[in-house]
Amino acid sequence: MKIMKKLIYIIFATSFFLGSLANAAGTHPKTGEALNNDQTFVYWALDEHSSLDPQIVEDVSGSDIIRNLFEGLMNQDADGNLIPGVALGFSTNEAKNVYTFNLRKNAKWSNGDTVTAHDFVYAWQRAVDPVTASPYSWFMEIMSIENGAEIISGDKTPSELGVKALDDFTLEVKLSASLPYFANMVTHATTFPTHKNTVETHGSNWTRPENMVSNGAYKLTEHVINEKVVYERNPMYWDNNNTILEKVTSLVINSEDQGLTRYLAGELDKGPVPAGQFKRLKKEYPDQAVSFPRLCNYYYTFNLSESGIQAFKNVRIRKAMSYAIDRNIITENVLGAGQIPAYTFTPGATAGFEVPDVDYAKMSQTERDAKAKELMNSTIYGPDNPLKFTMIYNTSEGHKKIAIAMTQMWKQKLGIEVELNNMEWKTFLDIRGKQDFEIARGAWCGDYNEASTFLDLLTTPSGYNDGKYSNKMVDKLMSEAKTSDDANPNYTKIEKMLAEEMPVIPIYHYAGVFMLNPTLKGWPFDNVEQNWYAKDLYKVAK
Amino acid sequence: MIYFIIRRLAVSIPTLLILIILSFILMYSAPGGPFTSERPLPPQVLANIQAKYGLDDPLWKQIWDYTYGIIFNFDFGPSFRYKDRSVNDIIAQGFPVTLTYGTWSFIVAVFFGCSLGIIAAIRQNSWLDYFAVGVSIGAQVLPNFVLAPILVLVFTLLLGWLPGGGWNGGQWQCIVMPVIALSTSYMASIARLMRSSMLEVLNSNFIRTAKAKGLPVKLIIFRHALKPSLLPVISYLGPAFVGMITGSVVIDLYFSTGGIGLHFVNGALNRDYSTIMGITILVGILTITFNLIVDILYAWIDPKIRY
Amino acid sequence: MFLKNNKNNSLFNNINNLDYIEGRSLFDDAKRRFLLNKAAMISLLLLTLIVLFSFIGPFFSQWTNEEIDWNALGNISTLGKPSISTGHFFGTDELGRDLYSRVLQGSQISLMVGFVGALIAVVVGTIYGTIAGYFGGKVDSIMMRIVDVLMSIPYMFVLIILMVIFERSVILLFIGIGLISWLDMARIVRGQTLSLKNKEFIEASIAIGVKNYIIIVKHIVPNLLGIVAVYATLLIPGMIITESFISFLGLGVQEPLTSWGALISEGARTMQYGTLWQLLFPLSFFIVSLFCFYFIGDGLRDALDPKDR
Repeated sequence: MKIMKKLIYIIFATSFFLGSLANAAGTHPKTGEALNNDQTFVYWALDEHSSLDPQIVEDVSGSDIIRNLFEGLMNQDADGNLIPGVALGFSTNEAKNVYTFNLRKNAKWSNGDTVTAHDFVYAWQRAVDPVTASPYSWFMEIMSIENGAEIISGDKTPSELGVKALDDFTLEVKLSASLPYFANMVTHATTFPTHKNTVETHGSNWTRPENMVSNGAYKLTEHVINEKVVYERNPMYWDNNNTILEKVTSLVINSEDQGLTRYLAGELDKGPVPAGQFKRLKKEYPDQAVSFPRLCNYYYTFNLSESGIQAFKNVRIRKAMSYAIDRNIITENVLGAGQIPAYTFTPGATAGFEVPDVDYAKMSQTERDAKAKELMNSTIYGPDNPLKFTMIYNTSEGHKKIAIAMTQMWKQKLGIEVELNNMEWKTFLDIRGKQDFEIARGAWCGDYNEASTFLDLLTTPSGYNDGKYSNKMVDKLMSEAKTSDDANPNYTKIEKMLAEEMPVIPIYHYAGVFMLNPTLKGWPFDNVEQNWYAKDLYKVAK
Repeated sequence: MIYFIIRRLAVSIPTLLILIILSFILMYSAPGGPFTSERPLPPQVLANIQAKYGLDDPLWKQIWDYTYGIIFNFDFGPSFRYKDRSVNDIIAQGFPVTLTYGTWSFIVAVFFGCSLGIIAAIRQNSWLDYFAVGVSIGAQVLPNFVLAPILVLVFTLLLGWLPGGGWNGGQWQCIVMPVIALSTSYMASIARLMRSSMLEVLNSNFIRTAKAKGLPVKLIIFRHALKPSLLPVISYLGPAFVGMITGSVVIDLYFSTGGIGLHFVNGALNRDYSTIMGITILVGILTITFNLIVDILYAWIDPKIRY
Repeated sequence: MFLKNNKNNSLFNNINNLDYIEGRSLFDDAKRRFLLNKAAMISLLLLTLIVLFSFIGPFFSQWTNEEIDWNALGNISTLGKPSISTGHFFGTDELGRDLYSRVLQGSQISLMVGFVGALIAVVVGTIYGTIAGYFGGKVDSIMMRIVDVLMSIPYMFVLIILMVIFERSVILLFIGIGLISWLDMARIVRGQTLSLKNKEFIEASIAIGVKNYIIIVKHIVPNLLGIVAVYATLLIPGMIITESFISFLGLGVQEPLTSWGALISEGARTMQYGTLWQLLFPLSFFIVSLFCFYFIGDGLRDALDPKDR
């Protein structure tokens, strides 16, 4: 009996002990969820990133990594709102052209040095310096910092940039124009600080894992080109106590289908959803396939310049072509991942943007088709004189499918004969940039969460306006909008004008689509810019 | 023979130079450049970047600087796409990867291909012949961009035996599937070439004499018939080996191994001039070397061949 | 002693009508041997059937190769299955287009690509290789170095530039494929020639005073034909695959035209999504043709080998 009792006690004690070991990871401080013992996160990247230098990076996968290795003045929370980063807060003047940021005193670099305002001055000067030759210096230009444009073109020296460290922990920025949304722009990687000593000692090798000094929640530990990037907890980070994920790995897999296979095999926590597969995956794995609106659009632009074809100068033909596209078929049947049919150029998810009532959006597709045929019949083209042109897009499975669907819709409804022409990326950009096309695919993702990042594209002076659409009214309304308190009425007017003149055919607005391991929590689904921070993520126990 | 080798090596230098010049001209003639992007750079920024990389110099000067840099500093230049890396880094990381699985694929393909070819030739037109040829063709029938995903589906998703990709410094589990996918493409060709040339040799007079003398089959094959029948096989193997090493884009794509095949294609698509030139020169050196080795082997196989 | 019987009578009568009796050339022997090779004959038949099918088959299809079946779109794994009732004999592809007509149209393109590419390889490669191998010395050295350079040049750029110059056409596709197909063949032919030119019968021909080009055409080339035939049939599937890579780059076959290579790679991408027919149909055509080419090539080699008895 006594031995039995002893045994039972021993068994109890051991299982208690083992049980507590299983939960040694503890619970989440805010939500109380039981945490997983394995706090690693492996995610999929389509392509190798361009650089890990904040002032030189130019792609999304690079920015994602840099946002975890470095920290800027402000961060974003899960809904995309600004929260303190290195800066505790900021203040601005009446005219909204001077911003002052107050930095916290306990922010440290991974080698122990304190992060000061001088680091930001160094970084921002470096970004506009012609010697650095940053491909993203144009972003610094739209930030409208005083003398920014002149320094880039070489007329002034970098030290004349309108950014100054009033003391170690106060940063003052002077703008050449009034920008109410300036603070939103400092969440972007180009504005992150860099450690002057490290850059000057190691030159272009400073981004190697053994040399890099960073101030973010993570430190770079491994980088194999075209294979993986690994970063681990940075104990020097000022908020290190709240970081839960220990190690993050980004695996480069150039094929979406392979990425999905490896996700399903358990090698990835976040994987891609190949085009057209979302419905099926959502049915089979309802808690893993996610889709939410994103800040990007997808459209086809007519060439309205001298070199474009005569037919496209006729607004009735342009409108007929746009009406004949059944956007619901494209978003539901061809893509099927929660994309939103687009009747305006700016996505509805943009902060502060109200989607205006555009008349062709309100019609049913049958009504649109009828109107399209009517418009087409009023021109010289018809079934016996079919409209013919060439349509270009860059090589991709998804683009190919949409282009084919569009040409079939045009053929069946309006008798149009289209020659499809797909080109690899660089050739495509070159040809489109030279206006050497008739109608071309385009897409635009917002640089910041405000409608002007989209509508600026369609103004006459814009360098990204490959269709060469030019409307003086639109230009005037856009420049007014920059200084007004509420720009929405102007934006609505512009969208209505775009619907009347149809210089581009908006097709759909993007949805962020991927497979996510259900034990990974904290993903900012409501952040349309998808600025995610690994320090906000954690894994719960299964 | 020594003179032949020396002469050949001497000729290879102008050959490489011509290759460099031609490739440069080709690269620059293609539309777009390394800095053509969706957001076209403002002209001053573009000018800055081009000045930094020396892209605004006239073509002949760029070729001169580039060749000079290689010969005297062994420096292949910075990569225009991966701004933190030089081409030396990229090749140093990618080439050993491709070389490793390329060599293993080669060994596997040659071993199985030759064996199957020899078996088929000895027993011509018997069921063994059809079987051997059938096996080697069966291995080649699936193009490698079909075979690779099938392998991953079976071995990673279904069975969970092997990782779905990556290289992990050359872990053997990461080498298995690339080798299977790559070697099968070459096995059938080697088997059939081996079979057909072995058949021709087996019908010649000196083999007939050997058979008449009563030599065992193994001796006839390995001591007498093998060497002469290797001639067309070796002609094929030289360029095939180089092709295996440099053309393994599909393998790199599906198995994320980080080899230079994918680097080259990405470089071409991104107009990363220096990476393209670096890998082209590497390919050129390998091609010249292997063609030289093949020519030397010709002389070893057929003593009547003299250069 | 001269027996009178029917046979002698007919011979006697025929002596006055003796015509020149046609000799049997070596090529006739080869043809006869080829016709007796069962595997090769079956393959030839099968291949001819496939070619005929690809040209006649489209008359039976109920859909064109570019029409999208809007009903099936979005539910391909259930509604896109092969069936007689919907008229999609082979099922549909990912966009709801009829796979039957697409496979047939693809057959036309791929087979043409294969033949033309192999033809260019054989003709150009053989001529180049024999000249280099036979004359040796400096000629050989220069010719082979040119081959070295051409092999190492980044092929993708040649294609991109060709595309810019010539816009796009299927003819351009053939040029692109022809440009690389002859290099390997030239090397193999040169190797064989080096070996052949030292054989006694060539030595004898030279001693008699036969001109060089006659030696090449009448003596060397026929002895090479075996290996050339085998290698040519090895090249064809490679070219079909290369064609899909070229079209991927934006050169060559453009939508809605397709080819086996494009169909197979699309099918391979979707095979885990429950639409296996998208892979199986084009792949089967490809594999069957492959086997046919191989057996024909082997048959040709066996037939042309003078020592094979």
